[in-house]
Amino acid sequence: MNTPAHVQSLDLSARFPGAIHPDTRPGYSGWLVENANLLEYAIALRDEFGYDYLSSITAVDYLPEGKMEVVYHVYKTTGGAGLVFKVQVPRVDPIEVPSLVSIYPGAELQEREAWDLFGIKFTGHPDLRRIFMWEGFAGHPMRKDWHEPYFEEEGKPFKSRWPEGQLVMAESKNLYADNIAYPHGFNPASQTFDSEKALYDSLQIYQKEEIGLDTDHIIVNMGPQHPSTHGVFRVAVVLDGEQIVNLKPVMGYLHRNHEKIGERNTFIMNMPYTDRLDYLASMSNNFGYALAIEKLMNVKPTERSEYIRIIMAEMTRISNHLFLIGTLLNDLGAYFTPMLYALEERELILDIFEAVAGSRMMCNYFRFGGVARDFPEGVLQKIKDLFFERFPRKIEEIDRFLSENEIIRSRGIGQGVLTAEDAIKYSAAGPFLRASGIPYDVRRAEPYSIYDRFEFDVVVRSNGDIYDRLMVRFDEIRQSIRIIQQAVKGLPDGPVMALKPMYQVRVPPGEAYGRVEGPKGELGFYVISNGKPNPWRYHVRAPSFINLTSFGPICIGQKVADLVGVLGSIDIVLGEVDR
Amino acid sequence: MSDMYGKGILKGLGVSLKRFMETYLDDLVWLGRRYNNDKGIAHRSDKDGRGIFTVQYPEEKIPVPEEFRFVPFLVYDEGPNGEKNLRCTSCGICAKVCPPQCIWIVRSTDPVTGRPIPDPAQFYIDADICMNCGLCAEFCPFDAIKMDHNYELSSFKRNVYDEAGLSKSAAYYSAIRPANAKREDSARSAKAASRPAQVE
Repeated sequence: MNTPAHVQSLDLSARFPGAIHPDTRPGYSGWLVENANLLEYAIALRDEFGYDYLSSITAVDYLPEGKMEVVYHVYKTTGGAGLVFKVQVPRVDPIEVPSLVSIYPGAELQEREAWDLFGIKFTGHPDLRRIFMWEGFAGHPMRKDWHEPYFEEEGKPFKSRWPEGQLVMAESKNLYADNIAYPHGFNPASQTFDSEKALYDSLQIYQKEEIGLDTDHIIVNMGPQHPSTHGVFRVAVVLDGEQIVNLKPVMGYLHRNHEKIGERNTFIMNMPYTDRLDYLASMSNNFGYALAIEKLMNVKPTERSEYIRIIMAEMTRISNHLFLIGTLLNDLGAYFTPMLYALEERELILDIFEAVAGSRMMCNYFRFGGVARDFPEGVLQKIKDLFFERFPRKIEEIDRFLSENEIIRSRGIGQGVLTAEDAIKYSAAGPFLRASGIPYDVRRAEPYSIYDRFEFDVVVRSNGDIYDRLMVRFDEIRQSIRIIQQAVKGLPDGPVMALKPMYQVRVPPGEAYGRVEGPKGELGFYVISNGKPNPWRYHVRAPSFINLTSFGPICIGQKVADLVGVLGSIDIVLGEVDR
Repeated sequence: MSDMYGKGILKGLGVSLKRFMETYLDDLVWLGRRYNNDKGIAHRSDKDGRGIFTVQYPEEKIPVPEEFRFVPFLVYDEGPNGEKNLRCTSCGICAKVCPPQCIWIVRSTDPVTGRPIPDPAQFYIDADICMNCGLCAEFCPFDAIKMDHNYELSSFKRNVYDEAGLSKSAAYYSAIRPANAKREDSARSAKAASRPAQVE
């Protein structure tokens, strides 16, 4: 067995006597920090020990123990393993935990998420509103004692399906919608609820400049139905003329409580659901989830499947970046021509996914201990053709097409700048972070799978503006092509599954955090198993969601027309933002 | 920045022009046979494809690869007198592994003894809930449920299929997935051949 991770991680229990204890539950690691010492501890971690990057905040509801736990994952942007610390509080409302926004501003949206879904009040949070559900929603849906409409059972498989599976359609059981819960004391027949008030109130807090004429500021809502938001995303902006003075992203229109569904599912059932997170990059979602569960199960994938995984993950990155390049150029005013040029190439990658995994976008290809099936005949040749011949040529063509275009340059250079300090502060990830000059890539910083065997450069650009974010994507595609070429050359023979295929895997109790460098940034899966067929907790650290934390700050001071370009350059997918 | 303002724009327009010309060049090279035939479709989506790459659905359809998966169906073997013997034993693994839980199975029982017999009495799939993940086909130990290739399912009502609607012949299965069917058949016959040997 491996040595428990808490032995290796940074021990500060001497520094804060009595306030920090190692987490000794079987399968767990990290540190339990007392609620009162949390801020001190976090400041020490950030300022003295270099844990400057807050990757993930999430909560866990330990209903049987009567405890609520907040879990923090912090990393160093210089690389290396991370540190996990947790705060436990009694599960009695009001549940209060000090907010870390003042230390790690990247906590802002994540703490709002934990408040919304778990009902944990983060004291000192500047804008603690619900984020996915609307204000006035009854209850906090991720709590274990909260049940959704059409609730059937705590965990799948449902007993009503077999052996007495008489078909019942869920909607036929609730003809009068009597499965909807209202907040305590609320009567839907006579009362109305203004769910937007909190948003507009919070928009009023901004720095006023008292120069010149006294003019009114106006609030403009962009979205949720707006073509530039790439989905159902809404931005509420306060404008002074053309200039943005304050901005709040509003999300949750595509919220389906992915994590709750994940906790109802068995472990293997979750795999196809992860496809639906970032639906432009389903292979890397599969990858992250498989890594997390493999950590829990202590399984090592076979050699061949590791190579196949790398090929697939890098192909996903290319297809995602192509999509981004196309849509971003579209957002910047080039209309659909670059988009179609990019999509043509992406289509060829999707053809390979379809031939191998069975579906273009919802791949569902990874399994615990390997991949679902080997390459069918002819696919490897196709991959070789594409990545040794076509792609290197075509990427240069798309690059030549618009990268030097004067309009693109003037719309991109110097716009929407995210400085290196801010990028770390706001927990930006992926190409968005690297465009700001931070050479942080999980594939290098904490290599997973077999990324340590390949030669590639961590792409970095220094200006942090829209144009650099575009260029980072081009460079990353070139690096991905390099990785695929190496992986194809080194692809060994052998089986693609380490385990016998099982429809219900046995996962030992414990926690695991599997993170991969997805195309949009660091994608993490935090899974807790208690030995039952369903995970006790399943959390997704979604890069598109957390990258939006810095969306407001970088837009303030910009013209409203640039907002579209900035949003396009962050690269969000609403399936992942809203989950 | 380049020496002349507007050079970048011209460069980009050059790329556009090249691609515009390629469309017609390719048409000329193929002498009009580029469309409405399999070879032309394959050419449009291979590494040397250039020019216009769209496929005019529904007049043209991209051939689906073998592993392509769409809602499941039940495989039956044809008996000597034309009877349809479903391979399904109603073991319920597909219903248990189905992520959105869209498979409903009623197991048959022997009317005399009351014991379960390996044959489904009713089998429903709610195809509107099905997420086409293919886990049922992957974990079925009897090769009885497989993913289909037919993706044109639009209808005016809910797509709920019963046993009759789901059943398709083994011949159909080996037609859409030749390599898989061959592999599975040989594995099954090897297993059947080894079984009597073990008994002895």
